[in-house]
Amino acid sequence: MFSRLSLLFLMLVISVQASARLEIVITEGVNSARPIAVIPFKWLGRGDKPENLSEIISADLRSSGQFSPISVDRMAKTPSTSNNLDYALWHKMGVEAIVMGEISTSEEAGKFVVTYELLDVVKGNVGIAEYSPVLDKRRSTVTKEQLRQYAHRISDVVYEKLTGVKGAFLTRLAYVAVDRESSHPYQLRISDYDGHGEKLVLRSKQPLMSPAWSPDGRKLAYVSFEKRRSQIYIQDLYSQKRELITSFPKINGAPSWSPDGKQLALVLSKDGQPEIYTLDISSKVLHRVTNNRVIDTEPSWAPDGKSVIFSSERGGRPQIYQVEISSGTTKRLTWEGEMNLGGAITPDGDSLVLVSRHNGNYKISVQDLGSGELRTLTKTQLDESPSVAPNGSMIIYSTIFQGKQGLALVSMDGRFKANIPAENGDIKSPAWSPFLN
Amino acid sequence: MNLTMISKSLLIALPMLALGACSSTGDTESESTTQTGTEQSTEATMDNTVQTDTIEAVTLTDEELMVQEYTAAILETTINFDFDNAVIKPQYIKVLDAHAKYLLNNPKKSVTIEGHTDEKGTPEYNIALGERRAMSVSTYLENMGVASAQISVVSYGEEKPVNFSHDEAALADNRRAELTY
Repeated sequence: MFSRLSLLFLMLVISVQASARLEIVITEGVNSARPIAVIPFKWLGRGDKPENLSEIISADLRSSGQFSPISVDRMAKTPSTSNNLDYALWHKMGVEAIVMGEISTSEEAGKFVVTYELLDVVKGNVGIAEYSPVLDKRRSTVTKEQLRQYAHRISDVVYEKLTGVKGAFLTRLAYVAVDRESSHPYQLRISDYDGHGEKLVLRSKQPLMSPAWSPDGRKLAYVSFEKRRSQIYIQDLYSQKRELITSFPKINGAPSWSPDGKQLALVLSKDGQPEIYTLDISSKVLHRVTNNRVIDTEPSWAPDGKSVIFSSERGGRPQIYQVEISSGTTKRLTWEGEMNLGGAITPDGDSLVLVSRHNGNYKISVQDLGSGELRTLTKTQLDESPSVAPNGSMIIYSTIFQGKQGLALVSMDGRFKANIPAENGDIKSPAWSPFLN
Repeated sequence: MNLTMISKSLLIALPMLALGACSSTGDTESESTTQTGTEQSTEATMDNTVQTDTIEAVTLTDEELMVQEYTAAILETTINFDFDNAVIKPQYIKVLDAHAKYLLNNPKKSVTIEGHTDEKGTPEYNIALGERRAMSVSTYLENMGVASAQISVVSYGEEKPVNFSHDEAALADNRRAELTY
């Protein structure tokens, strides 16, 4: 019923062409990364290589901040299997692991067979029969369209084998782009985690805010001002179906999915000040969580789904608090800094990622929930909207960089930093998807 | 420059149907008066002894009529705020008083108060702060007797800046409430 009217204000776009608008530019932290050799995969078919897998894998490993893939120019040989491999040669180069493989055409029309190996150079160099240097060896049949995705899959395996932490290379980002030249300046977009394959989800003449991924990675909840007021919608990314979730007077904001995907925590100010509520998505039953005379906002679920953290001015300046949903018991989590905003608990439950103001500057920081120690990770001044990778390794956030608002990455230890500058316009409100595999 | 911008926004902000109809009748009347005058002057100049000229009747623009009734403050539709603050500064009292008087005299008119913030802090917190600014304007108007049914409030937080730079002056421009009719 409202769809006809709303089409005037915004356009749903069905599968827009992929164009890599975002690119990760590493600014800090290459020196501390571990050297690794990702050898160009050998193409056994005819004509051009269908995809440069080693380039994608190298970029993934480099942008994790953990690895420093050596340049192909430095490789004296580019073998594609571990048979009779000269480990000593690679060991001398200081490389600790090798990724290599082959691509061939499959008997199935239009498909390719990819084989790859991950090798431990130290073990290989020692050459004791009981300690196999082969850390992983796999074979898969994929379509041409799936090759890029499969490269990310290889990166995930390599990362997990070498660090013990699950890789997050098969993930996506959602963000808001503001292109003031466009007839519909406010655009909700998604891309692969590395900025590739950008797609338009929705564009509007009025602001779009606060995209949040459902735990299954299928849907986005977000705030739209298309009716000149704030409303929360949920949109299915596969079917394009949009559902209006809340449209109360005044603020409808900051949706956050519960870990089981059944509820949203959100902010409503219909009864006065902004307060935290939970909403059962299927029954639409609302439960008021906070009741306070000052601003309560920015709810984010704890990984166990039993409590929500939020920003509140109840102690004067905004600080982060945690409220247990069933009992309403509330405790203050942050004490350092002039104010703390936009908190989220890391997937392991051990740390709190937030925006902390010191000397008037807003910086991405991490607080250890055990010790209470707060560490500032960034050097910029107007950081906002931190979102943690599903494996807890990295934070994406928005900041002002060279006079424009764009996205940036920082590793959880603060050593690795990268910018993802916008090609045109501003980019803000990044949200990192859950694991999609 | 500034005045032009204000009067432009007023043209959109205050269509004023009633006053518009009044002045257009006035226009028609003054035209006929002018025409009569023109005929007479044509006759009079025939003998070259005396010369007369026509003059346009004085008409006020919609803005000028509004200013006459509500003072120049009615042309202001932006209320600026200090950093992280929703307190209405003294220089805006006469602006809000003028709008309150207009709304009291025109009970069928309604106003939307948009709350806006600078880009410091997080977008979601700024939505709350923008609403606090819009609410403090709303409360002031209601205290002046304006019916709450005439007022609606929306916060855009940091999402709709008027100044797209990132320096302190831009931030100050963006900390505002806007009255739109």
